[in-house]
Amino acid sequence: MTQEIKKTNKTEWPLWEVFIRSKAGLDHKHAGSLHAADAQMAVENARDVYTRRMEGVSIWVVESRHIHASDPDQSESMYEPANDKIYRHPTFYNLPEEVKYM
Amino acid sequence: MSNSFQEHFDRLIDSEVTIEPKDWMPDDYRKTLIRQISQHAHSEIVGMLPEGNWITRAPSLRRKAVLLAKVQDEAGHGLYLYSAAETLGVTRDELYNQLHTGKAKYSSIFNYPTLTWADMGAVGWLVDGAAIMNQVPLCRTSYGPYARAMVRVCKEESFHQRQGFEIMLTLSKGTEIQKKMAQDAFNRWWWPSLMMFGPPDAESPHTAQSVRWRIKRLTNDELRQKFVDVTVEQAKVLGLEMPDKDIKWNEERGHHDFGAINWEEFRNVVKGNGPCNKQRLETRKKAWDEGQWVRDAAMAHAEKRKSRKKAA
Repeated sequence: MTQEIKKTNKTEWPLWEVFIRSKAGLDHKHAGSLHAADAQMAVENARDVYTRRMEGVSIWVVESRHIHASDPDQSESMYEPANDKIYRHPTFYNLPEEVKYM
Repeated sequence: MSNSFQEHFDRLIDSEVTIEPKDWMPDDYRKTLIRQISQHAHSEIVGMLPEGNWITRAPSLRRKAVLLAKVQDEAGHGLYLYSAAETLGVTRDELYNQLHTGKAKYSSIFNYPTLTWADMGAVGWLVDGAAIMNQVPLCRTSYGPYARAMVRVCKEESFHQRQGFEIMLTLSKGTEIQKKMAQDAFNRWWWPSLMMFGPPDAESPHTAQSVRWRIKRLTNDELRQKFVDVTVEQAKVLGLEMPDKDIKWNEERGHHDFGAINWEEFRNVVKGNGPCNKQRLETRKKAWDEGQWVRDAAMAHAEKRKSRKKAA
């Protein structure tokens, strides 16, 4: 049984992540993933799977194994340093009423 | 240590924060999700078969184009959901293997035959209608990839129900024979549609845990009642009779009472003894086996192209 699964796994098409630009001027956004033999097929499949209703004008695909992600267990030390730096936001500063646009 | 992981997880669940693939999660949560999501994916894939039966015999080009688009959507929904399940650490091949060996289940509704064109109407109206009722609450489920897949599915699903209702409406406003055909399809699909919501709450031991985990947001009986209430009104518009003499408005409950469901039949179909279980699985396996050379060829082609690129 395990032998059989191993054998089939060898031929399983690699996994790709799909990013779609929904209209000109916007960012590509993660839409989902799919399996494909190569990049060209991944783009073609992404068109069929993720843009059947004109959801996109541009598609990026990247093989999932090439994505490096931050570790959710490290979130605290990763993002905490930004917490006490509210002076990075414009609302931190008090301006006199007379200054209308700044 | 594991205790604090559990506490952290519980806190996220209680504060309606989404769980993502790399977050720590209890084994049972992972297992239950893999089972539920893959079962749903299998249902979408097998669900293409009863409708595929009518694509070549659709009564007009418009109906044919619509049915093709609907079946294509179902393939898409299956793919979204398989991908969501894969984020939990199971491979696509394993999932297919579970379906093909009968280890995994799919919705028992697809083990009923589609005998006439009116069945395309009844399936869209009732089966997709019941599915939507099940699925809309899942757009807010606790597991991120599943919730996002469900949002996509639900957006696309409402066209499915409307096209089914439109077929039923056209038939019920047609000739005497057409109307009879619509009623017959309604009669045959009604009870299996009610069974789609699963066994009664009293016999569904995992419901409490799943509701706690926000994998399920309403119980089987709550959803079933909602479905009965809306369908009664829609059947009036169609001018068709509810296939249940016991359906009656209950002022006190603010809901319709309805007749007893034949759970013996349900258990039988789930066990594999429905009218089409064997045929569905065989068709599915045949498609998979006969597609093997295509998958192999695509892989070989990709390898060849890669090595050619390297050489250049």
